[in-house]
Amino acid sequence: MIRFLVTKIALLIPTFVGVTLLTFAMIRLIPGDPILLLAGERGIDPDRYAELRTQYGFDKPLLIQYGNYIVDVLQGDLGRSIVTKKPVLTEFLTLFPATIELSLCAMIFAVLVGLPVGIIAGVRRGTIWDHSVMGVSLTGYSMPIFWWGLLLIILFSVNLGWTPVSGRISLLYYFDSVTGFMLIDSLLSGQEGAFRSAVSHLILPSIVLGTIPLAVIARMTRSSMLEVLNEDYVRTARAKGLPPVRVIGLHALRNALIPVVTVIGLQVGVLLAGAILTETIFSWPGIGKWLIESVHRRDYPALQGGILLVAIVVMLVNLSVDLLYGLINPRIRHRR
Amino acid sequence: MATEVNTPEFRAVPASAPAGPWREFWSSFAENKGAVAGLATIVIVALVAIFADLIAPYSPIAQFRDSFLVPPFWAEGGSTRFLLGTDDVGRDLLSRLIYGARYSLLIGCIVVTLSLAAGILLGLVAGFFRGITEDLIMRAMDIMLALPALLLAIVIVAILGPSLTNAIMAVAIVVLPHYVRLTRAAVISEITKEYVTASRVSGAGLLRLMFSTVLPNCMAPLIVQATLGFSTAILDAAALGFLGLGAQPPTPEWGSMLAKAREFIQSAWWVVTFPGLAILITVLAFNLAGDGLRDALDPKLKR
Amino acid sequence: MAALVEIRNLSVEFQTARGSFRAVDGIDLTIEAGEVVGIVGESGSGKSVSMLALMGLIVWPGKVQADRLTFDGHDLLAMTPAQRRRIIGKDIAMVFQEPITSLNPCFTVGFQIMETLAVHEGGSRADRRRRTVELLGQVGIPAPESRLSSFPHQLSGGMNQRVMIAMAIACNPRLLIADEPTTALDVTIQAQILDLLVNLQQDRGMALTLITHDMGVVAETAERVIVMYAGQQVEEQPVDALFANPAHPYTAALLDALPERSAGRRRLATIPGVVPGIEDRPRGCLFHPRCRFAEQRCVDEQPLLVPDARGRFVRCHYALVDGEPTNKEPGSIRGEPQRETTP
Repeated sequence: MIRFLVTKIALLIPTFVGVTLLTFAMIRLIPGDPILLLAGERGIDPDRYAELRTQYGFDKPLLIQYGNYIVDVLQGDLGRSIVTKKPVLTEFLTLFPATIELSLCAMIFAVLVGLPVGIIAGVRRGTIWDHSVMGVSLTGYSMPIFWWGLLLIILFSVNLGWTPVSGRISLLYYFDSVTGFMLIDSLLSGQEGAFRSAVSHLILPSIVLGTIPLAVIARMTRSSMLEVLNEDYVRTARAKGLPPVRVIGLHALRNALIPVVTVIGLQVGVLLAGAILTETIFSWPGIGKWLIESVHRRDYPALQGGILLVAIVVMLVNLSVDLLYGLINPRIRHRR
Repeated sequence: MATEVNTPEFRAVPASAPAGPWREFWSSFAENKGAVAGLATIVIVALVAIFADLIAPYSPIAQFRDSFLVPPFWAEGGSTRFLLGTDDVGRDLLSRLIYGARYSLLIGCIVVTLSLAAGILLGLVAGFFRGITEDLIMRAMDIMLALPALLLAIVIVAILGPSLTNAIMAVAIVVLPHYVRLTRAAVISEITKEYVTASRVSGAGLLRLMFSTVLPNCMAPLIVQATLGFSTAILDAAALGFLGLGAQPPTPEWGSMLAKAREFIQSAWWVVTFPGLAILITVLAFNLAGDGLRDALDPKLKR
Repeated sequence: MAALVEIRNLSVEFQTARGSFRAVDGIDLTIEAGEVVGIVGESGSGKSVSMLALMGLIVWPGKVQADRLTFDGHDLLAMTPAQRRRIIGKDIAMVFQEPITSLNPCFTVGFQIMETLAVHEGGSRADRRRRTVELLGQVGIPAPESRLSSFPHQLSGGMNQRVMIAMAIACNPRLLIADEPTTALDVTIQAQILDLLVNLQQDRGMALTLITHDMGVVAETAERVIVMYAGQQVEEQPVDALFANPAHPYTAALLDALPERSAGRRRLATIPGVVPGIEDRPRGCLFHPRCRFAEQRCVDEQPLLVPDARGRFVRCHYALVDGEPTNKEPGSIRGEPQRETTP
């Protein structure tokens, strides 16, 4: 198991180097002078220009520049935002909990709905249940989620008035951020109604962000279930006189879950990409909204640092999925 | 008597019995009602795009100063003058949607062509020249896959500057790894087969071996991926348009039509609803057709 | 006393895209307590399917029909699924052909055996554990204690089959159905597993139904033999009588194909052709296209499973006696297939 872990981590190193090369190159690929880009739109006087050029090391050879960049990155120095002047890492860490909270809720929604629905479709193969699940999930998979979010806002927020339109919590409540997770902070604040407000703000964004993962999970669960139900060990389980709930829910599902877990892991990238759109629609103050605002504000240091950090998050999540995969699949666990 | 019994009988082959590959493919494809519906929708969207000039009642950028935010004809205050209503600067929504079909299909075609061509080339090279070349190509693809597709596309647009052309470039680059991986995997599994060895032994050159011996046998998964690639391309380009990083106003691209739509969720639902519906229907059609194509081309996956 | 198992006119049909297919066609079978019955036939002859039907393991698109299907006097067809599950796995248990795929790869063998005990007998966790170790010992697994936490992929095929057998006998079944239990195993292991099954049968006095395509296996173990062909029973006899004097041409051909009986001949005898499938099911006797003795009557008229002049149950118009067909109308050419009627 330890060797398994070490190999997996070792495989991440080239990818990490590649991503840093990409973010390093980014600033230099953008047409125009990097110093002027980093200085922002207000311009700069020639003395300051020369000073910055030395400070950022743009006068050194590219290889040295890259070396310095890597050293900075490894020390957690990702530069400062042009707009807020705050360190990029600090900004990222302040906003990241909001994105985690949204992504987690979206994923929980996707799994809670997608898994049972996929199982039903697989077990009741060829019935109206199966066809509806497949039809709806393909529609969900084809959904432009930025439009889906707007549609849900029109229906539930504007027409029915059930849910708020944007933000993480009603402006009526104010308390200091402790964990960064609104659900927890609102409970800690002890203010009446704060938690309810936080939950109601989370519902629509979670549904929107969870739609595509839900569709993927439902389809994968169905096909995996179909395959597993034909296996000999399912027949053995029934021959033992086990009730169908146990045959399907334990013997079949346990095996069917193996590919589904992989797919769930792969959805993390999809979630982060979807978060950009979802956060924009719902004015959710997370990483996605921050990144897209950085693009519009030409805040290149923020963009550069943010992308590197997102890539690292995706890499770490993929690593944990690999480990989880080893845990739930005994055949993998013993091979290494 | 024994010889009589053993004599093989050569009968004329009935014309209908052994269906040709196309016929067999079509009958397998037609079995899937969803796939046929998807294909029909694609054909309709394509016809609308081609004949947009004839079908559309107005120019997509003509502004009617007397008619801002007119609702669709069946809603209160709507008229048959603008069947689906008008937007905030008085442009006919239906006409914009009809011309928008051109952009979406064009985006799909260009993205798929570019990424398929580049992907096949890189995949063939990686599959034929193993070793360091392969490692370099595949590691580069891994790096691209380490970032969520839309985010990578945003980075590329941020570098190149927001425009429809750059958005198309970005999406084409982002989907590239899938084609490279698919081609390489197919090449590696084909290259060990006898017919390739036979062709090599009989003196086929490298290029001939790559493009005319091996490639045709790798096409089935690539065709499926290309069809599904249309839907990804349309969705991603629309998302970039929505974020203001793709097609710029007044281009009637469906995604960018939604960019300002958030302002109208309270007042004019039709401005929000129809462009997204157009995207959904088109993307769904390509996904349905792609699924049907996969089942028809790859009997192993069919159950 | 009622028989342990009584099956009358059992049929299993599968609905397919190209129409329905009868995998089992009118089987009659009685199994007495404690006896060993062999069911023999080529692959696709319906021998496994008929026993799966008895177990209630036929799933959609399969359909089971029978005039009578009882276990120990209880009507299996009239039972609710829950009532039936109390018998399945406890009183009737089954061992399958592929031990490695028949065990769940995600659970330890200990868990899988204890699960059977838990469902049917309850008891404490410690009890079940002790029983499981005991069972693993009984089926000849060395160091059973340490095997409890093994996964199936960590054991050999033979060991897995022993685990399957331990699981099947866990609740002291009165009937054990072994479906080709040795086919997937190495030749050296095959005899061990067969011995194990026969010993367990004798020690416990349970009935054993052995499904096999191997006449040799039947000769060594069974008391009574059912021969199946294309979903139908073609013959039923005590094992000695069957080997001494097969009544159905198919049985005779199967016996001729045994290497032991081919001594002195230069080639092993074979049966030309294959078992008919869904599309080439013949009229009349299902075996006639492959039968050495087929007559016009065999093409026109389906024979019934009835006792012949000697009281043997056989589905043939011209049951064999000492290798020669009987009952033939005068004038027909003996021993020569009618070429002109069976092109």
